[in-house]
Amino acid sequence: MSAMILAWSLTIAQILLGLAMACAAVRFTIGPRAQDRILGMDTFYINAMLLFLTIGIGSGRTLYFEAALVIGLLGFVATVALAKFLMRGEVIE
Amino acid sequence: MSGAPELPLWAALLVSFLVLAGAVITLIGAVGLLRLPDFYSRTHAPSLGATLGVGCILVGSMITFSVLQSRFLVHELLIATFVTITTPVTLMLLARAALYRDRVERTGSAPETDPEPTELR
Amino acid sequence: MSALRRVVPYPLLFLALLAMWLLLQQSVAPGTLIFGALVALGGCWAMVALSPQPARIRRIGAAVRLAGRVFVDVFRSNLAVGTIVLGGEHRRTHSGFMTLRLELTNRYGLAVLAIVMTCTPGTLWVHYDPMRRTLLLHVLDLVDESEWVRLIKLRYETLLLEIFE
Repeated sequence: MSAMILAWSLTIAQILLGLAMACAAVRFTIGPRAQDRILGMDTFYINAMLLFLTIGIGSGRTLYFEAALVIGLLGFVATVALAKFLMRGEVIE
Repeated sequence: MSGAPELPLWAALLVSFLVLAGAVITLIGAVGLLRLPDFYSRTHAPSLGATLGVGCILVGSMITFSVLQSRFLVHELLIATFVTITTPVTLMLLARAALYRDRVERTGSAPETDPEPTELR
Repeated sequence: MSALRRVVPYPLLFLALLAMWLLLQQSVAPGTLIFGALVALGGCWAMVALSPQPARIRRIGAAVRLAGRVFVDVFRSNLAVGTIVLGGEHRRTHSGFMTLRLELTNRYGLAVLAIVMTCTPGTLWVHYDPMRRTLLLHVLDLVDESEWVRLIKLRYETLLLEIFE
């Protein structure tokens, strides 16, 4: 019974997070400017991290936690590098 | 669909509520990314998911694993701390880069100089 | 004391790094503890090379009060931004830039203020000018500037001044 409730709500949450990722992907595609695309990508990363956490809750294993942490880290580094790129026009100074 | 962990009913209901609330808040933030009219307004939208969205889902995850392994598991706090510290950095850098670009290219979407400080009355 | 200080230059940082390592490993086995302590020591010594400005939290009570206020404001501002996002066209076009003067000059205080501003959606920290001591903000719901100035200065800055200066 309780596993049923949890499974359904996790599935719904995963669909909602997937929709959120789709919204971020649309913003990434239509722009209109580079900063909008980077913002969309940053949101995409955070939503992907949350999606992994919900999958982790569903599986009952802490393996997905590490994956979520790595996704968060990669998103942060990518966004900072791209923001620096926008500011200066070169990634490595 | 199958393979969800068997939790006590109270924990299952609480986790379900938290995860759904977090997902809905994150979705509202992502919708804001599409609906808001200009870049600077749009920067406010993702922070919805990065604060309460992340918070709700992490607390849900903490409850699940603490109940499952019947010990206090709070390693999700790492992600919470990490997201709290990094979100300001990314948004601030992005906003400053956008402001710089708008001022250099004179697109008119940002003020050429800072507005006069509003004083406390 | 001074010998201990020489081995572990930043005790709080040492404890935080050790806690992080143990959380990542999800165990408190002796081997994990020893390796975590080594990693934390390495982190402390790397910090010596950076020689950060010493941070001193003067009032623990004020810090707890600030955390409570921020916790409440996270919910409130999430609700506010959510209604703006889902609301009609006229609600979404009130955003704008504003500047305010800050008395706070401590670097750590400013960093905490930046985190607070980002944690409460609806305000975005854009640029702090250390010469004029002004802060450029972008606010999503900019109907009354003085309302936001009052919120930031009275609700957060007074407490931050108590904590850090």
